[in-house]
Amino acid sequence: MKAPDFAYLRPNTLEEAVAALGRFGDDARILAGGQTLMALQNFRMASAEILFDINWIPGLSDIHEEPDCLVIGSLVRYAGLEASSLIERDAPLLSEAVGHIAHPAVRNRGTIGGSLALGDPAAEMPACMLALNAEMVLCDANGERRVPADEFFLGLYETTLRPDEILTAVRIPKARPSQCYAFDEVARRRGDFALAGLAIAGKAEGSALHSVRLAYFGVADRPVLAVSAMAMLEGQSLTAELIDRVREAAIGELDPPDDPATPAAYRRHLGGVLVARLLGQLRERLL
Amino acid sequence: MNFQAPIGSSLPRDRAKRLLAGRGQYVDDIQLPRMLHLAFVRSPYPHARVKSIETIDAVAMPGVARVVKGADLVGVVSSWRGTHNLFPGLKAPEQHVLAGDTARWQGEAVAAVAARSRAEAEDAAEQIVVDWEELPFVGDAEVALENGATFVHDSLGSNQAFAAEVKQGNTELAFQDAHLVIERRFRFNRHTGVSLESRGLIADYDPSADRLTVYQSHQTPHQQQDLYARLLDIPEQNVRVICPDVGGAFGLKHHLYPDELAACAISKLLERPVKYIADRFESFLSDIHCRDHTVTARMAFTQEGDIVGMQVDDLFHAGAYSQYPRSSIAEGNQIIRLCGIPYRHEHYRAAVRMAYLNKSLLGHIRSVGHPIACAVTEQLVDLGAKQLSLDPVAMRRRAYLRDEDFPTTSPGGIALEHLSFHGCLDRALERIDVDAFRREQAQLREQGIYRGIGFATFVDLTSIGPEYYGEGGQHISAQETCLLRLEASGGIRCYTGATDQGQGIDSGIQQVVAGVIGVPVQDVKVNSGDSELCPVGGGSWGSRGAALAGEAALRAGQELRRNILNIAGVLLQKVPELLDIRDGAVVDATSGAKQLALAEVAQIGHFRPYMVPDNTPSDLTVTGRYASRDRMFLPANGLHVAILDVDTDTGLIVFQRYLVVHDCGRLLNPLLVEEQIRGGVVQGIGGALYEEFIYDDDGYLCNGTLADYLVPMAAEMPDIEVEHLETPTATSELGAKGAGEAGTTGAMGAVLNAVNDALTPFDVTLSEVPLTPPRILRALGKI
Ligand SMILES: Cc1cc2nc3c(=O)[nH]c(=O)nc-3n(C[C@H](O)[C@H](O)[C@H](O)COP(=O)(O)OP(=O)(O)OC[C@H]3O[C@@H](n4cnc5c(N)ncnc54)[C@H](O)[C@@H]3O)c2cc1C
Repeated sequence: MKAPDFAYLRPNTLEEAVAALGRFGDDARILAGGQTLMALQNFRMASAEILFDINWIPGLSDIHEEPDCLVIGSLVRYAGLEASSLIERDAPLLSEAVGHIAHPAVRNRGTIGGSLALGDPAAEMPACMLALNAEMVLCDANGERRVPADEFFLGLYETTLRPDEILTAVRIPKARPSQCYAFDEVARRRGDFALAGLAIAGKAEGSALHSVRLAYFGVADRPVLAVSAMAMLEGQSLTAELIDRVREAAIGELDPPDDPATPAAYRRHLGGVLVARLLGQLRERLL
Repeated sequence: MNFQAPIGSSLPRDRAKRLLAGRGQYVDDIQLPRMLHLAFVRSPYPHARVKSIETIDAVAMPGVARVVKGADLVGVVSSWRGTHNLFPGLKAPEQHVLAGDTARWQGEAVAAVAARSRAEAEDAAEQIVVDWEELPFVGDAEVALENGATFVHDSLGSNQAFAAEVKQGNTELAFQDAHLVIERRFRFNRHTGVSLESRGLIADYDPSADRLTVYQSHQTPHQQQDLYARLLDIPEQNVRVICPDVGGAFGLKHHLYPDELAACAISKLLERPVKYIADRFESFLSDIHCRDHTVTARMAFTQEGDIVGMQVDDLFHAGAYSQYPRSSIAEGNQIIRLCGIPYRHEHYRAAVRMAYLNKSLLGHIRSVGHPIACAVTEQLVDLGAKQLSLDPVAMRRRAYLRDEDFPTTSPGGIALEHLSFHGCLDRALERIDVDAFRREQAQLREQGIYRGIGFATFVDLTSIGPEYYGEGGQHISAQETCLLRLEASGGIRCYTGATDQGQGIDSGIQQVVAGVIGVPVQDVKVNSGDSELCPVGGGSWGSRGAALAGEAALRAGQELRRNILNIAGVLLQKVPELLDIRDGAVVDATSGAKQLALAEVAQIGHFRPYMVPDNTPSDLTVTGRYASRDRMFLPANGLHVAILDVDTDTGLIVFQRYLVVHDCGRLLNPLLVEEQIRGGVVQGIGGALYEEFIYDDDGYLCNGTLADYLVPMAAEMPDIEVEHLETPTATSELGAKGAGEAGTTGAMGAVLNAVNDALTPFDVTLSEVPLTPPRILRALGKI
């Protein structure tokens, strides 16, 4: 369980980085927090010949405000999200979600960009991006493009990122006072990847809900929206009866994979438990 | 004798400070000049023929010193068979360090690379091309014993390794006449020990002296010394096994592993030091596994709740080979002897069958077989109580062996000296108000919270006597010797045959020596884990250190004390009986007035011995030896009580309380016993809730990493309360019994009973561990 030899490159600017990445393409892997990549190298499940350390590039570790959105640099660590008052104020869903990721040691190094670029289907951050309608900012030697979360996650560890691109930031619409949100996941042990999880964000006008997004993780090959359940909530006030119907709809929509320890039926069942519990919480808050 | 402090004091472990300061030295911290590193090529198949192994490309890789196949080690190292002479019916096939033409489990090593670094060794191992021919495999004990099953070992002509039966009275008749018979089929799934520090060693063979020095993360240096001398044909006095700091062992480090012996053989072959450290992938594939039993058990009751008898059928397997040198029968053998043991009953029949199959080996992990016997017994008792509408506490109170029943021999054939079942239950009830709990439970159920309480009474067979392995034909010491040396400064060096793998036995022995002699604890330095310097002993396993090595230390301490007082008597012109040693000084026994410092006595003994008459015993280097007689075990006992909530939506379990009342005789250090119990409970909860190896239909292990093989973690663990009773054994002067496994022994039963109690309103009974959320929700009919 020792990594094969690899070369290590450390660009100092974004320009230098994207130029070099363009040259090396598939042989290089970007090294951010290393919490996944180094393990994969050691397991010999990844065998990048060049590790491309972006940690020294200035500007990628900041969180800043624009009038309507927060821009979170891809190198912002989970611990940085946890400690940020901007995040707490303008993206409270993230503040709530981030404590569910791993343990403090991993949160001290792991980055939001690393999580999004990796696209682990059971990870918290991708589902939050989906719930919050975030945009990913991707850079290559020719410039920048923005991809909405809805289009970014393609499948198991698969995103629209190209090998010559760097994810530099995510843009998250600021939470308005009318925002309602909820987050929870089920894991056997604190800090484990979720067996199933759900991030909810939407708008509440009085007790009526609008544009609610139910973003599940751990139940498919990528984070998924329960669209038919979402549609049932549009313009509605939460009642026990509605919550029950939404739960049924969500269960009907989810098609989780089977794995040796966790049967698909269990994850699907949890999908129902989570949506009922979180909508129940929202209902109490909106009363 | 007067057991004065520090015996019985809660002192922190002697090693803790050094380990916390980062000054520990584990095998992997040791670097030797010219050292090579090993990586193995292991079978990816559960059963396969090795048609050829092509090594040309590997040999040419950078840093490679040698690529080794089984044939290269013929004449360097011998093979072995995991037999046990007490059980002549055990069929044990021959095993080699590297598989020859057939690999019999996924993970069995077939070739090794010795290279400049582990990374280079792995690079080269990837270039070795093995031409495998997959063979039909046997992955299940039931299937293994069916007619027409594929043989794991053609040479044995059967997959049945062992069968035995224990009988007392007439269960057939007794069950016919019984008021109630409860029967359950139990599944205990397979798990392992998961030490933080993985297995590892450095073998350093010096051809100029025909000398082998092995630094190894291991529990039994003297056992290893014997094995290496015999299997590698090196004079035993030239073999030295040093166990430096050991980061957890749990029984998985008291076996001989083929890869570790291969490292020694390769060092002998290449005449260079060779390091092998198992990585976590290899650990899961090659460490000893445990449990994996299917038990069908029946218990018969009278209407009043007395237990009439018990019938037990246990089916398990050894994996692909019988473990060496201890053999693999112990789990099953313990189960058939231990079921029902806390209870009065007369009719007993228990049978075990052990199969071979194509999985890695099954051996001895903390509290071998005990958790299974305990869980089976205690669930049947709970189910009986429920059927008879009795309270589980009242039921136990009625059916337990009573104080006046001791000494007795259990129906399973275990001699019991005096066990404190009633005392433990009384103490538990002082801590937990069961009536109040039942009221709370009823209220919570109305709110949809399902809380349960589970009791598990256990007997722990500690401190195996010499008769077990002595008669078995294994060279495993069950006697212990302690060597003490008074230094001229008055400090004492102590050498013990017990070993410290984190449990702190060094401190227990230090306290015995200090207490017996009468010196401050810090004046005694304990050295252990070195087969050359330490007197021959058995190391640490099977809850033996305090009881056996502790008694040897007591005896050595008494002799050193006598000799010190003899010398002091001469110097002071007083009879030694009028003198005492207190706080490191010789004092007048009645007035307590200080007479001499220990250093003064020691200096006479070492430098001016002519001052003491020849016929006065005055050795300042002494040994004390203890070998128990006429007893196989030293049983200890206790009671676990678990209180927990089952979330019937998610199947998750949250502990509310956990209590262990434990009786291990005289306590050398209550703090360390408590920590042993807590660690043991956590490991037991691992087996009850989390730890399980999962194999797919094709016989492959699906979860061989710490991401998917779940070990218990701190956040989910309860605060474990520990209460002590002290019923010293009369078989030794110290009176200590073992404590290291007691936490694991009862946890599975207590958790299982608590979960079933919580789920009472749903009328379901779970009898399979671990109790994973899907299993719980399936039982509830929710998925
Ligand atoms: C014990 C443990 C528990 C964990 N538990 C959880 C958990 O509960 N939930 C969870 O979500 N995660 C968990 N993780 C994973 C953790 O969150 C990782 O940190 C994260 O998935 C990857 O982030 P990183 O910064 O470490 O990325 P790295 O490991 O450095 O990189 C991961 C991948 O992303 C690519 N990459 C990284 N940054 C960029 C970028 N800016 N642009 C383009 N590509 C990039 C890399 O090339 C690599 O392929 C756990 C990890 C560990 C070790």
